[in-house]
Amino acid sequence: MTVVLYLLIGSLILGGCALGIFLWTLRSGQYEDLEGAANRILFDDER
Amino acid sequence: MIQTLGFGRYYERRSLDPQQRPPRPEGADARDLSRFIVALPDQTHELTLAIDGLQCAACVWLVESVLGRDQAVVSARINLTTRRLRLAWRGQATEADRLVARIESLGYRLVPFDAAALAASADETGRGLMRAMAVAGFAAANVMLISIGIWAGEAAGWLDSMGPATRDLLHWMSALIALPAILYAGVPFFRSAMSAIRRRRTNMDVSISIGILLVSGMSLSETLTHGPHTYFDSAVTLLFFLLIGRVLDHRARGQARSVAEQLLMLRSVQASVIQPDGTIRPRPQEAILAGDRLLVALGERIGADGTVETGDSSVDTSAVTGESLPARVRPGSMVFAGTLNMGEPLTIRATVAGGSTLLAECVRLIEAAEVRRARYVVLADRAARAYAPAVHAAALASFLWWFLVAGAGVGPSLLIASAVLIITCPCALALAVPAVQVIATSRLLRLGILLKTPTALERLAEVDTVIFDKTGTLTEPALILRREGVDPDALREAASLAQSSRHPLARSLVAASDPVAARADVIEYPGHGMAAEGARIGSGAFCGAEVPPGDVTPELWLTRPGHEPVRFAFEERTRPDAAATIKRLKALRLRLRLVSGDKPGAVGRIAAAVGIDDWLAARGPVDKVAAIETSGRRVLMVGDGLNDSAALAAAHVSVSPATAADISQTLADAVFQGASLAPVAILVEAARRARRIMQQNLALAIGYNVLMVPLAMAGYVTPWLAAAAMSSSSILVIANSFRAGRVS
Repeated sequence: MTVVLYLLIGSLILGGCALGIFLWTLRSGQYEDLEGAANRILFDDER
Repeated sequence: MIQTLGFGRYYERRSLDPQQRPPRPEGADARDLSRFIVALPDQTHELTLAIDGLQCAACVWLVESVLGRDQAVVSARINLTTRRLRLAWRGQATEADRLVARIESLGYRLVPFDAAALAASADETGRGLMRAMAVAGFAAANVMLISIGIWAGEAAGWLDSMGPATRDLLHWMSALIALPAILYAGVPFFRSAMSAIRRRRTNMDVSISIGILLVSGMSLSETLTHGPHTYFDSAVTLLFFLLIGRVLDHRARGQARSVAEQLLMLRSVQASVIQPDGTIRPRPQEAILAGDRLLVALGERIGADGTVETGDSSVDTSAVTGESLPARVRPGSMVFAGTLNMGEPLTIRATVAGGSTLLAECVRLIEAAEVRRARYVVLADRAARAYAPAVHAAALASFLWWFLVAGAGVGPSLLIASAVLIITCPCALALAVPAVQVIATSRLLRLGILLKTPTALERLAEVDTVIFDKTGTLTEPALILRREGVDPDALREAASLAQSSRHPLARSLVAASDPVAARADVIEYPGHGMAAEGARIGSGAFCGAEVPPGDVTPELWLTRPGHEPVRFAFEERTRPDAAATIKRLKALRLRLRLVSGDKPGAVGRIAAAVGIDDWLAARGPVDKVAAIETSGRRVLMVGDGLNDSAALAAAHVSVSPATAADISQTLADAVFQGASLAPVAILVEAARRARRIMQQNLALAIGYNVLMVPLAMAGYVTPWLAAAAMSSSSILVIANSFRAGRVS
């Protein structure tokens, strides 16, 4: 049954990574301007 | 200017209504920016500005590219949601003036943000909610994963795959993930519940907090006593769904708030006060005292009510009185705060202090009306008020029945009571309204309609009467040249003379003509006209033309040596789709009314043109409010002028065009862009549709409770059933909400 334990720990680590990445995106202000970001993709000049 | 910089592609990228108000005319007033600039350690300076006039992403591209080409600029980034420009540059702090002037010459208006105000507006609550949602989401996914394992084992009848020891291990794992997550993510609810209890009140958050804490506690004790059922998954998923609702709700509110802040900032006017020693100091409007002398330059707004001391000019009073033509002022004339000087500089002696001007009077009327409006109870709260006591009663009743009557013991009785709480927890209920709001609001935004108050949709849906203002609302903001019989050469010549004037008739004339260069030798006689080399354009008397008596339409005359005088007549024109929109509103069974400050003749003509039978003319701001209040109906007010502002605030709900006075836009619940009037009808239709969907959502959420509660009270609801039922009802509600995105 130790395989269950491995799986549990593995899934927790992966989930924790996802959570950490989300919190990082939040801290770096990526949700401040959803409207602008959606439009910015259309500007193709290099800056 | 835009073309010369090689930004011609700007026009390709402008994606909104091309007839929309162009960027504002060039020309900006100097102001002191140094107070707002923040010096950074690495020799750079930073400044945050509110930017007005952004219409779409192309504007963002234009402004950022123009700034990006400047050597000094380190970074320039616009936040399109909050309409703020953050600018960082190398070198002197004074560079700011040059950079700001550059953007203003493109036609955008910039107002600096105070660093302190900026810090205060940082949205900490919103971020906290997002973090809580993320943690709850993470925990929900993991606990659910584990729970499915448990349920699968249960369904398989405890084959040799899983024994009680394994189940206990999985329960412990769930508890380990769920409990800290609940303690963290539940804080917004616990805090709100605590403050409600301290005020001896109860709200939705009290029932949510009790439910979640009770369920978690019960599940923990089940785990400790090796019991078969835990509800960790339900508790965390519940929190997750509730937090999604909160985040959506907060977003809708935050957007409304930032728009209001923005407009208030842009409205604030600095007045130039002449000191006793002759120097001129800028001072905020509120700080002006009676007796102060003010200097008002061409194109500036007058800062206080007062009398003119020197200067002969004309003043655009359209924002205050709704009159479409400027009024002539000379020494001794009364002028009002908020009006615009169209001619030569004026010196004004303030007769009242800044806080008691006509403008301030309007603001007070508005505040009184806002207080009334704040009592409006939204649909979701009305539902919650009835719902929460019923839920608690049901849970308590089932506990008492199982404990006292059926003799089931404390543990199992509590377990059943918590199952009842989980089933009834207002998850779908909490999503029912905000989800519809967010989806409908963003759809309307894409049509150029900005909903500023979160309750606007609900109030719009209840409207049974629409009251329109005339000037600038039913009609186009500018006067239009009557084209019949106008010689194109004469028009071109007149336009070249009129180029340099800011008089509305001159601007309309220029707009009607082909592009022509301005003549350099033009002299403007404010209130009369313009002259150059014997050619004159202006009023009939100024040009020496014979004016046919009895004619009151606005007009300009052009006289040239060797030519007959030419008459240019102007008229107000209704918005292109005004009549069609009125018909559409009538089809929605709304009573329509036109209330204007203008003369009966002009109002009657426009009313007939668009098809409104019920009209009132020559009504001032106070009469407009009275017209709304005595009607005894739920009124949608559509207006744009400062004279409408009190009426906008007094109405059940209000709408302004984007060309409206800043104060009207601040007050209106919704603002629409473009030359079309159709947004008014679209708004009402969308609001009614949104209300229908909200009601469906509430019915779905409550209907599911009615179905499941008896099962829970009877003790048939196992953890997996609770989780499945809760999630499916929430998903059903969200899916139904997406229908609000379809607007005809």
